[in-house]
Amino acid sequence: MTLSEGWEMVVGLEVHTELKTRTKMFCGCPNEFGAPPNTHVCPVCLGLPGSLPVLNERAVELAMAIGLALHCTIAPSTFHRKNYFYPDMPKDFQISQYDRPINANGYLDLIDHSRVRIERAHLEEDTGKSTHLGGSGRLHGADHSLVDYNRSGVPLVEIVSAPDIRSSAQARDYASELRAILIATGASDGRMEEGSMRVDANVSVRRADAPFGTRCEIKNLNSLRSLQRAIDYEAARQVALLESGGVVRQETRHWDEARGVTATMRVKEEADDYRYFREPDLVDLAPDAAWVERVRSGLGPLPAERRAALLTLVGEVSEAQLDVVATVVDAGLDAIVRGAIERGVDPSLALSRAANELAPDQGSITREGFAETLLMEQRGDLSATQSKAVLATLVDTGGDPHAIAADRGFERLSSDSLEGVVGDIIDQHPDEWGRYREGDDKLAQFFVGLVMKATRGQADGKAVIAALSARRG
Amino acid sequence: MSALRREDVAHVALLARLTLSDEELDLFTGQLAQVLEHASDVAALDLEGVEATAHPFGLVNVVRRDEPQPTLDRDEILAMAPDAEDGRFAVPRILGEDQ
Amino acid sequence: MRSASEIARDVREGASSAQREVEIALGAIRERNDELNVFLYVDESGARAAAQRVDDAIARGDEVGPLAGVPVALKDNLCQRGIPTTCASRILEGWRPPYSATVVDRLLDAGAIPMGKTNMDEFAMGSSTETSAFGPTRNPLDPTRVPGGSSGGSAAAVAANMTPLALGSDTGGSIRQPAALCGIVGVKPTYGLVSRYGLIAFASSLDQIGPLTRTVADAALLLEVIAGHDPRDSTSLPEPAPALRGHVEDGVAGRRIGVVRELIDGADADVVASVDRAVEVLRAAGAEVVPFSIPELRLGLSAYYLIAPAEASSNLARFDGVRYGLRVDGDDVAAMNEATRTAGFGAEVKRRIMLGTYALSAGYYDAYYGQALKVRTQMIEAFRRAYREVDLLVGATTPTVAFPFGSKTANPMSMYLSDVFTIPTNLAGEAAISVPFGVGENGLAVGVQLLGPGRSEATLLAAGRVLELAEGRS
Ligand SMILES: [Mg+2]
Ligand SMILES: [Zn+2]
Repeated sequence: MTLSEGWEMVVGLEVHTELKTRTKMFCGCPNEFGAPPNTHVCPVCLGLPGSLPVLNERAVELAMAIGLALHCTIAPSTFHRKNYFYPDMPKDFQISQYDRPINANGYLDLIDHSRVRIERAHLEEDTGKSTHLGGSGRLHGADHSLVDYNRSGVPLVEIVSAPDIRSSAQARDYASELRAILIATGASDGRMEEGSMRVDANVSVRRADAPFGTRCEIKNLNSLRSLQRAIDYEAARQVALLESGGVVRQETRHWDEARGVTATMRVKEEADDYRYFREPDLVDLAPDAAWVERVRSGLGPLPAERRAALLTLVGEVSEAQLDVVATVVDAGLDAIVRGAIERGVDPSLALSRAANELAPDQGSITREGFAETLLMEQRGDLSATQSKAVLATLVDTGGDPHAIAADRGFERLSSDSLEGVVGDIIDQHPDEWGRYREGDDKLAQFFVGLVMKATRGQADGKAVIAALSARRG
Repeated sequence: MSALRREDVAHVALLARLTLSDEELDLFTGQLAQVLEHASDVAALDLEGVEATAHPFGLVNVVRRDEPQPTLDRDEILAMAPDAEDGRFAVPRILGEDQ
Repeated sequence: MRSASEIARDVREGASSAQREVEIALGAIRERNDELNVFLYVDESGARAAAQRVDDAIARGDEVGPLAGVPVALKDNLCQRGIPTTCASRILEGWRPPYSATVVDRLLDAGAIPMGKTNMDEFAMGSSTETSAFGPTRNPLDPTRVPGGSSGGSAAAVAANMTPLALGSDTGGSIRQPAALCGIVGVKPTYGLVSRYGLIAFASSLDQIGPLTRTVADAALLLEVIAGHDPRDSTSLPEPAPALRGHVEDGVAGRRIGVVRELIDGADADVVASVDRAVEVLRAAGAEVVPFSIPELRLGLSAYYLIAPAEASSNLARFDGVRYGLRVDGDDVAAMNEATRTAGFGAEVKRRIMLGTYALSAGYYDAYYGQALKVRTQMIEAFRRAYREVDLLVGATTPTVAFPFGSKTANPMSMYLSDVFTIPTNLAGEAAISVPFGVGENGLAVGVQLLGPGRSEATLLAAGRVLELAEGRS
């Protein structure tokens, strides 16, 4: 989707990511999604009077890992209090970093080689979560709310990009590349649906080369798809507004996924005065060079590097295969794929089986198991269906692929017996055979299905089609 | 610094979630103006280039290991809540949105 | 009246028992609490049970701590698990914390017996204990006068011989000023020496917990027990508790002590006379005492009344009716918050919350809060220069002796001025002690204040002991 002639969108993204620590940011409560409400709380994360925060070392290290992966400068930093009342926030202030964040001035290079600058990636704490009762279950129209503080104090890193993004596709690529990096560094699991990675978009529009326009902040973007749709909708809304002589008002807008629109959530008010000041209960953070180096040396190769390494092995690839490579890397399957290719598996087969049968979680399968199965498939010892079944078993329980294949009775079907089965099936379905002969190719799948059923998946789909077309003449 | 006005005090009360009667507003405006008047010696100083001290001592990098500690008993904490329901703290409806 | 170490010795050696000491304290409390309003809550059953445990341990021959069987009063801003903790505010009335402050744990480990919670200015905001939502505490030396504040209840508990020891908190003088007005010893320790975990915050960068006792030796004993690194307080100094008891009799021979003009000017004549006499005593004990001036101290009061309310405005935001304490219903959550806070906080607390909110708000931050932090830097540097020339400083603790009820409540500024000599130590994060010395107007107590750099408690206690000895106290 493109904006109307002469307009350009300007987008910056703010990404909040929960860090994969064992405990919360300032207390020893477990950082775990999905526990019964208010069971992972203590005086600190409940904001009880007299409690004091103590910073989690691991949270600092994961924040530094993110900063290093984004080419940021790691600097001495401070914590501030951001003061506002909200029932999800037990102290009625959020501990965050303000004018001196731990990471600043980095960048992220996207797959299309564009560069988006990172202004900062700072540490802060998450809030609790409320459920709204009565009415529609949404905030508006609810008659009361229930608050669970299990998430209160979970460590977050907020990654703020410069307003360098110029299209919704670029925004999507940015978010997806960032997500890959967060997963690769071990900092986050990047699950947008569970809210462990949350993206807000600042969107404005301008005529080419004009100064930046007034921006709106879009919230509730729960997937990469909604991110892209919401940005397109919002930019178009602003252009239409401006073209009809209106003005854009600075506000926070909510993305309504079902209706595909953004709507006003709150207008910037006079009462928005956060009165930031240094958090007196925490001391400054000043990681020395040795600490930074320790974190740096723990970082493995980043997704871009890993994709490049994989592509070198694969050779020439199509656009679609680029996506498959990205999926494989994001799922951390690149090593297993490289291993298979090195043992002689066809790169396209290795990529597609890894992306479709192993991702997102390879479970118990080993490099050997994966390579061996695909070699059996490549030799024709296993049909595609059988190969997938063996892979599924290896993911679930591990084991030796030959033994699994033998156990399940996956024997190679000889071409004679395949011919026999195909002949029988054709005899049993003369009408369909007739239509197929007259050129109705769709019916090929009908016959393949019946052959598969008759051979309990032992036949190879491609061989069946070859047999059918040979008989058609 | 210009003198503290009644509307400044009203605005601050709004930020601090306090309701003031008209009489309290007058009283507090006078009293706070007096304190700020006293503080004008500080406000008037030329302290260009002086570092701000938020902390008396320069400790840095005070961190704890990422190791779980005991949590509180839910029944005990909900028993001290003004209102609770279904394992959670109950509050009246929330107008406005998440920040 | 025996000192805390004498009581602990008697209990340990079987000349007394913890249970007997608890009954003595309960008797003294019963006798005068209605008149003086010292304790907001007396934990009779808890105290008796704790005493039983100490006596049982002794009977078994177990090692018991240095405060075995010694009753201690706790200011009501210190959390003790299961014991009502109100900060003398309606907003926390009836709240029983599900956890204990580190100092409370350390007292219990040392065998001390927490007797209950003492009255205070609401959220420690005040200098007379008159802002308590539960009525003022009366000064045991003269019940028509204030005991000082905000730790007025803890000071009165010791002065009225209800308990030999009490804990208070000092943000701008809240231990030293009531100690001076009630005629007892009060120590404001170096910032970070005593863990703040479980102390309900007033102004986090200034608050310190410290002892209120009859004698300097008891202050040393109590401070040794509660001091030392606590991993639950990020601002806690990294080292263990210093040895203090062994230094109480060190004297001041060879010490250089500065008599600070800014800590005397403006004080009443009876107070000035006591400080003058204290100087003579210190000199006679072998100290070199020199006149001194630190002009920066004059800015302390202004800086303090911007910094402390600013931090307080944020610290007290959590009292919103959601999780604990008072709730006053409202149509929506914001209205409920506002109704709760409006009903739950007293006038002085509201004044300081508003002052602090203003000092931090957009447009005023730089002129007020930001500027005050820079003054704080100057104050720290001025003290640092001073301590290159002298070991300690001496001056008055308060400008006046205990004043009558109501004499300063109409004008907040006049009340704030009673902390003018104590505030600079808090801003600098350093240590100071107030020792009763001399007699003022109407036979009331006067406090002399000794100030030292961070971690100078041993030297301060030794100097305080010199004054105590000259007064003929044990
Ligand atoms: Mg944020
Ligand atoms: Zn917690």
